[in-house]
Amino acid sequence: MPDSLLLMALVGLPFIGAIVAGLLRARDAASGVAGAVALACLGLVWAAYPTVSAGGVLRAEFAWMPTLGLNLTLRLDGFAWLFAGLISGIGALVVLYARYYMSSDDPVPRFFAFLLAFMGAMTGVVVSGNLVQLVFFWELTSLFSFLLIGYWHHTAAARDGARMALTVTGAGGLALFGGVLLIGHIVGSYDLDAVLSAGDRIREHPLYLAALILVVLGALTKSAQFPFHFWLPHAMAAPTPVSAYLHSATLVKAGVFLLARLWPVMAGTDAWAWTVGLAGLTTLLLGAYIAIFQNDLKGLLAYSTISHLGLITLLLGLKSELALVAAVFHIINHAAFKCSLFMAAGIIDHETGTRDIRRLSGLNQSMPFTARLAMVAAAAMAGVPLLNGFLSKEMFFAEALTADVPLSPLLNVLPVAALLASAFSVAYSLRFIHGAFFGPAATDLPRTPHEPASWMRLPVEILVLTCIMVGLLPAATVGPYLAIAVRGVLGADVPYYSLAVWHGFNLPLLMSVIALAGGVMLYMLLQQRLKGSVEGAPLIRRIDAQRIFERVMVFVSWRLARRLEALLGTRRLQPQLRLIVGIAILAGAGAVWLRGFGPGNLPSTPVDPVLALIWMVGAAFALGTAWQAKFHRLAAVILLGGVGLVVCITFVWFSAPDLALTQLTVEVVTTVLLVLGLRWLPKRFQVAGEKGPEVLTRTRRARDLAIAIGAGGGLAALSYAVMTRVPPELLARHFLERAYTEGGGTNVVNVILVDFRGFDTLGEIFVVAAVALTTYALLRRFRPAADSVGIPEQQREQDGGAQHEDAVRPTADWLLVPFTLTRLLFPVMLIVAVFLLLRGHDLPGGGFSAGMVVAIAILLQYIIGGAAWTESHLRLLPQIWLGAGLLVASGTGLAAWFFGRPFLTTYFAYAELPLIGKVPTASALIFDIGVFALVVGATLLMLVALAHQSVRGHRSAPRRAAGRAGEA
Amino acid sequence: MELVVSLAIGVLAGSGVWLLLRPRTFQLIVGLALLSYAVNLFIFSTGGLRSGAAAILSPGETGTLGAYADPLPQALVLTAIVIGFATTALLLVVLLAARGLTGTDHVDGRERER
Repeated sequence: MPDSLLLMALVGLPFIGAIVAGLLRARDAASGVAGAVALACLGLVWAAYPTVSAGGVLRAEFAWMPTLGLNLTLRLDGFAWLFAGLISGIGALVVLYARYYMSSDDPVPRFFAFLLAFMGAMTGVVVSGNLVQLVFFWELTSLFSFLLIGYWHHTAAARDGARMALTVTGAGGLALFGGVLLIGHIVGSYDLDAVLSAGDRIREHPLYLAALILVVLGALTKSAQFPFHFWLPHAMAAPTPVSAYLHSATLVKAGVFLLARLWPVMAGTDAWAWTVGLAGLTTLLLGAYIAIFQNDLKGLLAYSTISHLGLITLLLGLKSELALVAAVFHIINHAAFKCSLFMAAGIIDHETGTRDIRRLSGLNQSMPFTARLAMVAAAAMAGVPLLNGFLSKEMFFAEALTADVPLSPLLNVLPVAALLASAFSVAYSLRFIHGAFFGPAATDLPRTPHEPASWMRLPVEILVLTCIMVGLLPAATVGPYLAIAVRGVLGADVPYYSLAVWHGFNLPLLMSVIALAGGVMLYMLLQQRLKGSVEGAPLIRRIDAQRIFERVMVFVSWRLARRLEALLGTRRLQPQLRLIVGIAILAGAGAVWLRGFGPGNLPSTPVDPVLALIWMVGAAFALGTAWQAKFHRLAAVILLGGVGLVVCITFVWFSAPDLALTQLTVEVVTTVLLVLGLRWLPKRFQVAGEKGPEVLTRTRRARDLAIAIGAGGGLAALSYAVMTRVPPELLARHFLERAYTEGGGTNVVNVILVDFRGFDTLGEIFVVAAVALTTYALLRRFRPAADSVGIPEQQREQDGGAQHEDAVRPTADWLLVPFTLTRLLFPVMLIVAVFLLLRGHDLPGGGFSAGMVVAIAILLQYIIGGAAWTESHLRLLPQIWLGAGLLVASGTGLAAWFFGRPFLTTYFAYAELPLIGKVPTASALIFDIGVFALVVGATLLMLVALAHQSVRGHRSAPRRAAGRAGEA
Repeated sequence: MELVVSLAIGVLAGSGVWLLLRPRTFQLIVGLALLSYAVNLFIFSTGGLRSGAAAILSPGETGTLGAYADPLPQALVLTAIVIGFATTALLLVVLLAARGLTGTDHVDGRERER
């Protein structure tokens, strides 16, 4: 099988299996799928053995973003191989166990789906050949472990435990990502091979310490090392198979996996020894100490897991390659005995209904077989000779005695600490066994205990057998695999180590004996205390890491957030706008401050008095608009229109006929729109004798005036500086040169819009369509305020005080001359619109202004003839126009595909038409017709919807609806 | 000429910003309209002010910047005018609906406590 296929299947199968299992209903089918996937993965791992055992590395690379150095790289060396084997092998056992453990009331397919997805994520972590990708899978493991821990989400403990695990490991993952980015920056590549070969460069780089701290943060949080250990005991709320899987072979091992993976490039410095070693040492002692005093079987195992992970971390923190060998060896051993112990605890829980050591007793009689298995596993955990735990513990003792540590005092501490932790682990192992299996048979258990289904016990049997086999014949059983894994980390120069059971009488052996004896004594001394009801370890019971964590969380996510919101937030618009404008002014001023400011070198063109005069009027209009917008809205609208006209003239003046045309038409429509809106605004009078604004208002106004002058002055200075510099011409030349030769039109602006940047225009018309539909939808549910519901007084006076049923006649009679004129003008305007549309590609015009002209023509009929008359003579279907416009425009773009060209490619030619003459028939014209139809539809839809508000009967706003119902 | 146009931009922007900071919704709409005039003129002016430059190519010609006005800012402004029109319409309707629902035309949806 090719490497790439094998690796893809190894990572992909669990995820595919997860989806399949999630879709199934039956519990057996789901567990069958999960088991098959796990076994298939194990088979794939085995298939990779020949290559890996020969020292080879399986690699597969799939280009993803090669320019950024991001490829999907899968890489399986000896170390990853060992982990992949653990993940799939123990995964298969856990699936078998879970099949019998999970109750039929639980949604079992979901469980297996999560488990498989987690397995895939974990496999992804170990076979990642790219650091960014590793972090991605790392975060996936956090996510799926969250789902697994919170599987029984109806219990608060599961929810809290899951959330805490996600917060801690997720935050760690973020730190790891930062560290990985730094490493990528140092090395210049995220590829694992490149990173592994750049050890010296990384260690000597000034950013090494930062990268180290971030990476170690990621690893320590994942592996539940002090001071981040507190999430792991809370994760015990998960179903036991999850605990057995996550806390023996997978999730928490990801942290030590990463430390070992980067060991060759990051370890060996004092900083590494201090951070990793110290965290490991503290965790080793603390975890073991607390574990003795746990009353919950799973709690005991959880703290013992923390302690053993501390041991592995400590070994990785030492500057010794032999310590690394011991760490890898202990990873394997711990997986075997801890998984079986968790399963045994689960069996006890399953068969008796409790996990409380104080209630359990004498299970040796009712479930003798399980008792034997648990005893062997616990003995392995305690480090009893002839079992696997003994071997790695011996190695640990040897390393503790000879380690090269940064400070000499620490050197003396290490053997003592090792001895102490070992004695503790003997004590808690004893407690597990003695508490559960010995003594008189318990009487008050929720269920009558008996042996579990033999299939449920099978995984435990296999694991315990492994413990014994490894313990008896280490070199023959685990030897080759350990060698492969160590070679995967260290490369060719693996130090000599011996896997024999018997090394003669030496200091480590003596330490083992002392630890065993000390542990037994400690357990006997503590008997009295352990039987008591007080939970928790003496001395440090009051320091509850969980409570500290919760306090911090509450502070960050609630109090701090509230305080910041109270300090910085506002729900009022004006301060926000003030802030935005103010910051914009400051940003501009800052740029000027830093980079200097001055007018450009171009000589300014002579001032034309005509335009200057026009702009004096324009400026007066603008100031007048600002002045009048509060009390005289109609005047403000008129003045605004005046400003628009002046802008329009400016466009003509400076050679932009297309802009002028568009501005003119838009101006007309906007004005009508605003006038239509006026009717629904509250009346506001300036009372003649009113006192001036109060002091507060006056200062506010002064401040706003200053801001406005600042903004206006700044923009004026900026525009002057821009205009007196030579404009960059790169793009302009590009468009000017290609407009005719490649776009087939002489009106460059139009060619840019419908051809070169056609995609922008397409997006733009979609925006316009969306806006039109939104206004239409908003107005359908429009409820005017109570004081705007009645007929306006102008309209009442106009009708002579009487309401006519048909509102058509009076206006038409009164405005007979303009009425007739607009009717005559209508076809003329339509012809003008068609003319503008057709010539748009070559001369000023185009779909947009043509559409606006049509809209204005119809609008005129509305204004003069009234809504009822217009609609009885013209069938307007704005929605159809709008939809057709969108379809035509997009269709033109899509049509290019049929000719094998990219989206929106245009075609052009000139057609000779009789009478009319030469007409440009670029496909852009069809696109422009789409734009035209859309603009007609959208504009009419908005205007007509707004205009109809005035003629339809209204209910006023809900609050006052009851009071007004009678009047309407 | 540059001075006239830049002063014009300044006056438009200043009036617009002043209105943006006012408390009534109608003032806000008009302010935005004035501000968009200013910004459109500014974008337009980045291509250089050229009176009397040709805007239309003669058929078959490849244009040069010496003889023609810069088309790119013009195309940008054309788009800006259209989008500005659409947003003005939307804002107007939203503000009308808000006024209907809240009973006030204050930008915060309620009168300021004094």
